[in-house]
Amino acid sequence: MITLDYTLMVVGLGSTLLGLVSGVLGSFAVLRKQSLLGDAISHAALPGICLGFLVTMDKSPIFLVLGAIFTGWVGAFLVSLIVKNTVLKQDAALGVILSVFFGFGLVLLTLIQSIPAASQSGLESFLFGSAATLLKSDVIVMSVLGLIVLSLTSIFWKEFKLISFDTEFAATLGLPTSKLDLFLNTLIVISIVIGLQTVGVVLMSALIIAPAAAARQWTDKLAHMVLLSGFFGALSGCIGAMLSATIPNLPTGPTIVITISVFVFISLLFAPNRGLVWGYIRHLKDRNNIRAKTMLANLRLFSERDTDPFYPHELSALTAIGRGPAKKAMAELHEQGFVVNPEGNLWGLTESGLAASKLVEAEMFGGSDAIS
Amino acid sequence: MPFLDIIILASIISVGCVLPGVFLVLRKVALMSDAISHAILLGIVVGFLIIKDLHSPLLIVGAALAGILTVFLTEMLIHSRRLKKDAAIGLIFPVFFSLGVILINKFASDVHLDNDAVLLGEIAYSPLNRLYAFGMDLGPMAIWIMLPILLVNILFIYSFYKELKLISFDPGLATALGFSPSILHYALMSLVSITAVGAFNAVGSILVVALMITPPATAYLLTERVSKMIGISILIAILSSILGVGLAILIDASIAGCIVTMTGVFFLLALCFSPQQGLVFKYFFAKKQRILFAAHMLLVHMSSHEGTSNESEENTIRNMTTHMRWTERFSKQVSKLVVQHNWVKRDKGALSLTPLGRETARSVILR
Repeated sequence: MITLDYTLMVVGLGSTLLGLVSGVLGSFAVLRKQSLLGDAISHAALPGICLGFLVTMDKSPIFLVLGAIFTGWVGAFLVSLIVKNTVLKQDAALGVILSVFFGFGLVLLTLIQSIPAASQSGLESFLFGSAATLLKSDVIVMSVLGLIVLSLTSIFWKEFKLISFDTEFAATLGLPTSKLDLFLNTLIVISIVIGLQTVGVVLMSALIIAPAAAARQWTDKLAHMVLLSGFFGALSGCIGAMLSATIPNLPTGPTIVITISVFVFISLLFAPNRGLVWGYIRHLKDRNNIRAKTMLANLRLFSERDTDPFYPHELSALTAIGRGPAKKAMAELHEQGFVVNPEGNLWGLTESGLAASKLVEAEMFGGSDAIS
Repeated sequence: MPFLDIIILASIISVGCVLPGVFLVLRKVALMSDAISHAILLGIVVGFLIIKDLHSPLLIVGAALAGILTVFLTEMLIHSRRLKKDAAIGLIFPVFFSLGVILINKFASDVHLDNDAVLLGEIAYSPLNRLYAFGMDLGPMAIWIMLPILLVNILFIYSFYKELKLISFDPGLATALGFSPSILHYALMSLVSITAVGAFNAVGSILVVALMITPPATAYLLTERVSKMIGISILIAILSSILGVGLAILIDASIAGCIVTMTGVFFLLALCFSPQQGLVFKYFFAKKQRILFAAHMLLVHMSSHEGTSNESEENTIRNMTTHMRWTERFSKQVSKLVVQHNWVKRDKGALSLTPLGRETARSVILR
């Protein structure tokens, strides 16, 4: 029996939404090799949340969100300013911005905590996120922002696709690439800010990267990737928030991160084509194949010296000449009917094996002329 | 004097962080410190749940292992070529950090380890936990944890200074000469892990990144010599510690946060006013170049019209604004420069080249 608790419904709706939006926009961040910009933006949003509160002395989501968007955007802008104008590379610029903004945010947060009237402001929930504090008004703000971001993404779909894969080509077509760049980054900032209250500033970056990283494994098409990424994000947001809201002492942000990371793990291992497991199996098959072919070539070397080309040899002799265990390779060849096993450890070529060994020799050494 | 204790501890921690940080910035792996400092939380929590003592040296070993494991897993993910480097970095450490936070909230929230300790550190309380030996008060315990780590960092950088510089600037040459960049890389990562663990108690998990990256990044804006970079970083680290603790006491806010904010202030100053890299300098330099180029163009323009019938019409200030499409203000700046250099003589609106100006125009054309 399922009882649809009102609070739980609000929580589920909000977290599904934030997962969807961050999944969609995260795809562009990951493809443009700007995954870690999300890390800087989400940390940089903390002082904005505090400033939004300090200026208005009001915990309404709209003020906090506007503050977060402002400082998050400033952080992203400073990163590109530093990278464009100084010797510092992206990594150092991101490191400086994310840690300094976060440190400054903590200063403001401790200041707010010392204001008597504001001690119950609940801003600490922005650190690790708290689905339980989601109110209907929060979800309304999130929905409006999410809807704006998603519709702008679909309107500018072609442009975003172009600057994600081939910025130079986009520029030659006359597109204002640096403006589009800024525009896309602004949308990413907003999609990060949407999730801050639920997931927290510390871990929000994972929700930008992980759904896209998982989706990337399943497809090579941008449209499929974006949809799949949004789906993964929505699903893990919903599952994580529900778990956290129903199990006591389970912080929301980390729970959502672990949930989406399970998706990433499964995708990395088992996605068709790109899955690491299939890759490993292909590697093993290739290795066995090469070993069997080498063994066939070795048997041919023996057969050329013997008067009887089908004379069976000891497995130990074959192992010695093949510089490795021969048993598995012989079993493989036996299955294909290239060798016979008349008794015990003795193995010899068959007619078809002899023919096949000529082909292998040609393949491996470029024909029998090459070694004669 | 607890404040003096805090300042001394903060200085030791920040200098200890800065030393490996210089090479993180130079090697362009600054964000590895972000990954490591998050990941050590899991090591600390698991170690704490087993040992039940937040100040045990064994905790440092466990946590450092977690840090190195993160580096290893991240690099494995990069080598699998299923993801780009930045995405791989951003995937592993959140998992470690999340597990750490969940374990704290589930099992350890009633003791000294809580969310605040993870984010803010306990530097304000560190003078309370003192080391006593032979009946003497030897100062805060945290100093005696961090001081050996600082010494190890100094010793490491002193012994492998040349090698570290080599792998930072030319890893290819390092390999060719027979050094293994990856061994030194992992040694550096181990140092970063140990330092991050040592600093964790005082400043929390995330602000370690600021202490490791920001002072070296600031120094890199000011100098190109590694030795000077280390010196400036240490100076900024100590100044930030002193000013940060002072600020924190003044406004009654997080000490670690204030120290980090001060490093940010130094960074901002260097970003604006560095002689070579600074934005302000760059802005003025670019403006000066623009005016100088325009002045040269003016000289060439004047020399080509010199002695022609329409000279009196062409070589006037008014013509510059209409013909060359310069703004009024810009033409004024240009004409001021050419008169200053004694390239052009000015008679009300009319301009005429001096011999020096003619010479300059010719050299510009020939260039």
